[in-house]
Amino acid sequence: MIVAERKPLDEIAKMIAPYEKVAVIGCRSCVAICLAGGEKEVNMLVSAMRLKNRKDGRKQSLDGFVLERQCEKEWVKEVEEKILDSDIVLSMSCSLGTQTIGDMYPHKIIVPGLNTAIFGVPEEQGVWSEKCLGCGDCIIDTTGGICPIARCAKSMLNGPCGGSSDGHCEVNTDIECAWYAIHERLKLQNRLELMEYVRPPKNWSTSHSGGRRIIVKEDAKLTPHQKRGREVLE
Amino acid sequence: MPERRPKIIGFCCEKHGLDCVTLAARSERQYDASVRLIRVPCTGRVDGMHILQALEDGADVVFVLGCLEKNCYYDTGSIEGRKRVEYVKGMLAETGIEPERVEMFNASSSMAWKFHDIVSSMKDVAERLGPIRPKGGGSE
Repeated sequence: MIVAERKPLDEIAKMIAPYEKVAVIGCRSCVAICLAGGEKEVNMLVSAMRLKNRKDGRKQSLDGFVLERQCEKEWVKEVEEKILDSDIVLSMSCSLGTQTIGDMYPHKIIVPGLNTAIFGVPEEQGVWSEKCLGCGDCIIDTTGGICPIARCAKSMLNGPCGGSSDGHCEVNTDIECAWYAIHERLKLQNRLELMEYVRPPKNWSTSHSGGRRIIVKEDAKLTPHQKRGREVLE
Repeated sequence: MPERRPKIIGFCCEKHGLDCVTLAARSERQYDASVRLIRVPCTGRVDGMHILQALEDGADVVFVLGCLEKNCYYDTGSIEGRKRVEYVKGMLAETGIEPERVEMFNASSSMAWKFHDIVSSMKDVAERLGPIRPKGGGSE
């Protein structure tokens, strides 16, 4: 899932300071699971900002709403009235949700309340770790199901490097060396011969290096005829 | 104009916390009447939102009273409560509001004296800081 963190409150306060009516919009998907932008977090932020306004003697109205998924237009439409009625929207979702609202209402000012951080998994309560970079060309079939692109500080395809020590990474000794983990996993699976397989240089054009990526699933995409039908229904 | 009484809200766990309050109420020493207690099943149930809401609704100070950490009725509820209080204190500090307006306390059933101390220390903080309002004064 996408893992995000709340921006510092003074940074948020500066962004929304010039505006009188603020709509704070959270999301019940990934950012709710990582405790950054769900219902509780939105309510706490609104409450804290109201207290700050009271302390600073500023008149500002803040209202919090939470959507099922802020990155999908259908859900955003549910709060269209609130968005249009506000002077500024503070989005408490990942950057995808923020940009979805921005694209739908280009005349409205949308600012992010969260820093979108990683594609991560919950390791334990309150701990998320990065395990994918979304490179668009998955190779974990040859690495025991462990991604060296995301989990190795140097994204090495043929590791480990000389900095691996006692199973830990030289960049951060608190973190396990991805290639040590791959070796241990392959040993467990009796597939150690894969360590000798030389992975050729990676084609990074499938990653963000190749520019903005758009994925199309032809069988799901609406035909012009279907689109016209939808428009009539709406 | 009558003297303003501080508004003190206390979230109190219904196990050792409430026993401690009951014992304090039965003792000869009186505690300040400006404290309003909210009974919760466990301090682990207290959310940061509850504390902020209390402040937003006009409380000067808020405290959370739970079992002793190593003797919590629900094992780790007091620890959860403390972590949330610490998080809210951090949020308050970020917004420029005195974090000492919110505190976590722990007591066992027999520590009636502790409840008296908690109320008097929170009352001192409430009187020193007053309500949350602009520095130059202004209405509440």
